Amino acid sequence: MLYSETVMDHFQHPRNVGKLDDADGIGEVGNAKCGDIMKMYLKIRDGIIVDVKFNTFGCGSAIASSSMATEMIKGKPVSEALALSNKAVVEALGGLPAHKLHCSVLAEEAVRAAVKDYYDKNGIAYDPAEFCNGDCACCHEHDVQQN
Amino acid sequence: MFVYADNAATTQMSAAAKEALCAGMEQAWANASSLHTPGQKAREQLEAARAQIASCIGASPREIYFTSGGSEADTQALFSLARAGARKGKRHLISTTFEHHAVLHALEALEKEGYSVTLLDVHETGVVTPEQVAAAIREDTALVSVMYVNNEIGTVQPIREIGAVCREKGVPFHTDAVQAVGHLPVDVAADNVDLLSLAAHKFHGPKGVGVLYAKAGTPLSNVIYGGAQERSRRPGTENLPAILGMAAALREACDSLPENTARWTQMRDRLISGLSAIPHSRLNGDPVRRAPGIVNFCFEGIEGESLLLLLDAKGIAASSGSACTSGSLDPSHVLLALGLPHEVAHGSLRLSFGAANTMDEVDYILETVPGIVSYLREISPVWEALETGRQPHRI
Repeated sequence: MLYSETVMDHFQHPRNVGKLDDADGIGEVGNAKCGDIMKMYLKIRDGIIVDVKFNTFGCGSAIASSSMATEMIKGKPVSEALALSNKAVVEALGGLPAHKLHCSVLAEEAVRAAVKDYYDKNGIAYDPAEFCNGDCACCHEHDVQQN
Repeated sequence: MFVYADNAATTQMSAAAKEALCAGMEQAWANASSLHTPGQKAREQLEAARAQIASCIGASPREIYFTSGGSEADTQALFSLARAGARKGKRHLISTTFEHHAVLHALEALEKEGYSVTLLDVHETGVVTPEQVAAAIREDTALVSVMYVNNEIGTVQPIREIGAVCREKGVPFHTDAVQAVGHLPVDVAADNVDLLSLAAHKFHGPKGVGVLYAKAGTPLSNVIYGGAQERSRRPGTENLPAILGMAAALREACDSLPENTARWTQMRDRLISGLSAIPHSRLNGDPVRRAPGIVNFCFEGIEGESLLLLLDAKGIAASSGSACTSGSLDPSHVLLALGLPHEVAHGSLRLSFGAANTMDEVDYILETVPGIVSYLREISPVWEALETGRQPHRI
């Protein structure tokens, strides 16, 4: 099979799918031209991600990666969400095919973009270099390697 | 319910093909080039299969060359005509933008050898015209190659008329008829073709076997070197069991062609009308000039691989031209050739019929697809952007 059982489970029964009308931070990454876009909604209270939802346009691994990423950050402090790596998402999914690794990078970037939006909206200072500017490799290339 | 609707990818072998193949393995395993009795019996069967296949496409038996399949036949056809042209100083090759990669990649290889290639536009309809071919032919044109039926969208090209243009201008004409033979009435003489490729596994025959038809007098170059098989043009001991399976499958496909065409056409039209009811969907390819068994749609705002996986979970086997299923960055070159934007081409679905498909299966597909499309749209940020007016609908 192309995908692991965990990937298929998260693809067929995605967790935290949907939108949050009163989100504190929203991040959207990817490129429809390349075939995947992720949009992440965060509800944050006292530095804790109390709720998270996602919408994804993309293949099975893109939907599964989004779903897994939301599970991994829900209930966690924002600082932990920022530390979420695509590698951790891949491991939690029981692996992804090499040509699908960019989906996990998109998931990591979507979380970070949503946190950045939260920081921006709340006037919280941060180092811009730490965030995707919406124009990095993951938004354009499909050959991002596991790092 | 299980529905196999990916017959343009490959078909299941028919009972007749399996029987002929197995009988060949048991009784015709000798080398058809051997002088002994079993060898000569194998030779007789080989020639009987050749004659049967020739009669199905209006060829004479000596114009049939057995190959390992469609890709080899395409490669040999193009290299043969290119080489023959070059001997007369002709190094210009004409084809279309939406050919199978067996043709496009062979042309790329020839381009690297110094040939110049013109790829004709196939328009939004997925049909190339004889006038385009006539206008593209130059003094130094060595070949024209146009596929009979496009494998992804199912449009039928005006092969007979293009062939007539080529005849008039004295340019050899090849057609990749892999998706046509067994699905449409193909007659090499009436269709004015000089070379034609076919593959057994597209009409319920075995994989790994096909035919290059070459009109008598057409110069063939070798792709494979070796012994004297296939008049030395395609060396290698013939895969006789597979060839017998192919002959049986083609006989059956040709015999049941009128009945299958009538049935598939009804099924196709019901499928097209049902899927067209999904908002912001699009039938790809000309609505009239199309093979009876291939339907290709785009659904805006969703991605093809996730659609395929959810269909698979419901027992429907189909295919898509999305980048994620092609394993490359870009979606299908065929859909892009029609002028579709990348984001629309990603949301494509191809359904293709074989001998075993039924109208009940079409109804099941129509019960299943709309729900999956709506679900994927519900969770798609692209669909949200389209529906809230942040992006304009393209279809």
